[in-house]
Amino acid sequence: MTEFATQTTTDGAMHLILDGAMTIYNATEIKNQLLSGLNAAPILELDLSHVSEMDTAGFQLLVMAKRESQRINHSLRIVGHSPAVQEVIEFFNMGAFFGDPLVIQARQE
Amino acid sequence: MDEIYGVFAQESRENLTEMEAGLLRMEQGDHDAETINAIFRAAHTIKGGSGVVELHHVEKFTHTLENLLDKLRNGEIEVSSDLITALLKGCDHLNALLVLVEAGNLEPDPVLDEAGVGVAEMLKTFVGGSGSSSDAPKSQKLTETPGGEVHRDGTNVATGDCWHISVRFHEHVLTMGMDPLAFLRYLLNLGEIAHMATVADKMPPADEMNPEACYLGFEISLRSHATKEAIEDVFKFCRDDCDLHILPPNSKLEDYLHLIESLPEESLRLGEILVRSGALTKEELDEGLRRQNAASRLSVGTDIPAPQLGEILVDKKMVQPEIVEAAAAKQKQVAEKKTAEARLIRVQADKLDQLIDLVGELVIAGASANLLAQKSGQGTLVEATSVLSRLVENIRDSALQLRMVQIGETFNKFNRVVRDVSKELGKDIDLIISGAETELDKSVVEKIGDPLMHLVRNALDHGIEPAEVRAANGKPVKGRVELNAFHDSGSIVIEVVDDGGGLKADKIQAKAIEKGIIQPGQTLSEQEIVNLIFEAGFSTMEKVSNLSGRGVGMDVVRRNIQALRGQVDVKTEVGVGSRFVIRLPLTLAIIDGFLTSVGDYSYVIPLDSVVECLELRDDATRGHMLNLRGEVLPFIRLREFFDVEGAPPTRENVVVISAAGRKAGIVVDQLLGEFQTVIKPLGSLFKHLRGIGGSTILGSGEVALILDVQALTQLASQTEERRHPIAHGAPALEAR
Repeated sequence: MTEFATQTTTDGAMHLILDGAMTIYNATEIKNQLLSGLNAAPILELDLSHVSEMDTAGFQLLVMAKRESQRINHSLRIVGHSPAVQEVIEFFNMGAFFGDPLVIQARQE
Repeated sequence: MDEIYGVFAQESRENLTEMEAGLLRMEQGDHDAETINAIFRAAHTIKGGSGVVELHHVEKFTHTLENLLDKLRNGEIEVSSDLITALLKGCDHLNALLVLVEAGNLEPDPVLDEAGVGVAEMLKTFVGGSGSSSDAPKSQKLTETPGGEVHRDGTNVATGDCWHISVRFHEHVLTMGMDPLAFLRYLLNLGEIAHMATVADKMPPADEMNPEACYLGFEISLRSHATKEAIEDVFKFCRDDCDLHILPPNSKLEDYLHLIESLPEESLRLGEILVRSGALTKEELDEGLRRQNAASRLSVGTDIPAPQLGEILVDKKMVQPEIVEAAAAKQKQVAEKKTAEARLIRVQADKLDQLIDLVGELVIAGASANLLAQKSGQGTLVEATSVLSRLVENIRDSALQLRMVQIGETFNKFNRVVRDVSKELGKDIDLIISGAETELDKSVVEKIGDPLMHLVRNALDHGIEPAEVRAANGKPVKGRVELNAFHDSGSIVIEVVDDGGGLKADKIQAKAIEKGIIQPGQTLSEQEIVNLIFEAGFSTMEKVSNLSGRGVGMDVVRRNIQALRGQVDVKTEVGVGSRFVIRLPLTLAIIDGFLTSVGDYSYVIPLDSVVECLELRDDATRGHMLNLRGEVLPFIRLREFFDVEGAPPTRENVVVISAAGRKAGIVVDQLLGEFQTVIKPLGSLFKHLRGIGGSTILGSGEVALILDVQALTQLASQTEERRHPIAHGAPALEAR
């Protein structure tokens, strides 16, 4: 099961840690968490380093969150990509879409 | 290169057979959705295959056929006999096209093309009013320039060297438990994904977005030597749950434009994606090539060096893309063949024959060793040789099994024949097949086709009466022709049965006298008269019809069957029908025999025909008949029959044999027991000998004669018929 932990960082960003699987089985729950996280602060830092598994539904949620953040002029930063997340984003060739410098860092590792 | 077309033709032919069988089933009233689906799939596979090997005239024709099938599948048009006839004609035309391809003629033949246009027109009339509109295929339109020519004029071709796959998943795929990610990852097994663009334009704003729906689409450039089918197969499980477009490498610019038009997203954006994926512009290709070259220099000889070279050559205009494609396809084919070979081994027939010959010699040598062991009286030696002979027996059986094939395939061919012929004759006739799984020697199966065809055509043409006559005679209007196969005492029996008018003995006799086959005063049993139809130059039909009377008479049928060491018989009853019975030996080389002796000579009786053995007691016999538990059994004394000198022993034995439903006794001096017999054919000098089927060599090196059981039983009962002419009706009845 996916667990969520939130904390507020010094620069006022919301830090959201996802722990577990990002799959269709808990897509609704994750969607709600992501949206409320985005709305709670101008910056959402999404820590995916503990995500064990990601499927198409999980990936779609990231796309949705990115778009929503652009729509409401908040920013979404993905910090820490677990290998599973990184693999999916690279496979779909969507690194540029998210534009997180961390993605590139993660690639270079 | 030729090999590709060969494989294509072979595969297509298999698909055609499937289509034909399905169509015939549909005509019989099989409205199973699976049947029409199977037909459609077969047509679709042929179309796809012809597209891949670039036989566009075949593709175009199949497309018309497929259109009609599609309507049929969607229930837009009704199944009718005319429709099936049209579709079968379509199959025939396809077959003709394939024959041409197999002959190495890849260009459309003008004469055949004209015929094809006619067939296509006929097919289109069934599609109905909206016919022409469906001419443009919904997807996967390959190159089809006006006139169906296959030109590649460089200017018109997009320079992409990759398969372009465009897929839009439907929203419900995720909830159905399918993950697009898994399908796409599987593509990596086919080749390298040169570029992937994820299109999420369909996704609604966050509040409306259903987290369990799929909004994604993908534009993928796949560098692969896989066939279109192989790529399609990746999406097999979600074929109905996505919109899939696949463009082969080097597709025309127009095809990409078509693709862009048919996709839901904005054209400009897609064009951008395609350019990015390297599918569209020359610059993109060049850049891709440079990158690839650099990459291959880093990993020399690892991945797939040959096609990369091909790309470079194409780029430098040194070879035509077709040639590279063909070469690549061939490489792939070699790889595929290797995997297929793991399951099936192709062996030349003569190698197999050689093996069976050797096994035959082994059987003889084993028998000889057995005999010596028994003479030596050493228990252990006898035991060892008996184990050996058991193994030899097993080897013999498996060696013979290698040559066995089921007769079903030969039989199924007749479904179409019966259908077409009965249409032509205006008769309504059913074909019933039984025993299709009966196995017999491959060489026999090959040679039995023609005689069978003749018998079936005869049954249809002469056997089954016209509907009015049937109705007048109180028979069901629908005629019936049966094809049966089964094993019977060591031989295989194939029957062609019809419920027609039967053979009229008086008519046959008159005809035979007219033709000078028999003399007017000759008295013949009814069975003998009926058998006259197998004599050379005999035909009862006054009118030579389109079907029979092609100069091939029943005599040829009999000759062909006799060449297989078989025999053909006819049983008939006026007004009820005829039954042509073909008996063939199961194998041509080795049999289980029963060894007997008369005087100094040995005779082998095929074991399968032996029913029982008993002592001949004088008090139970009368003439050449003996009383077998109340049954009258005609018998033959081999001593008399073969003129063996010497006096008979005090105790004689009778071997009761059965063949073709008749029983007879064979009187011999001694019973020597079971014996594996390798048949050595008799020289042509002895071919008129009656009662002997062949010879074999015993373990001791002596020669033994193999008795022809069928001839002997016939002889035994005929002798009795002649001797007691009053009772001649009885055996004939028994035979039926």
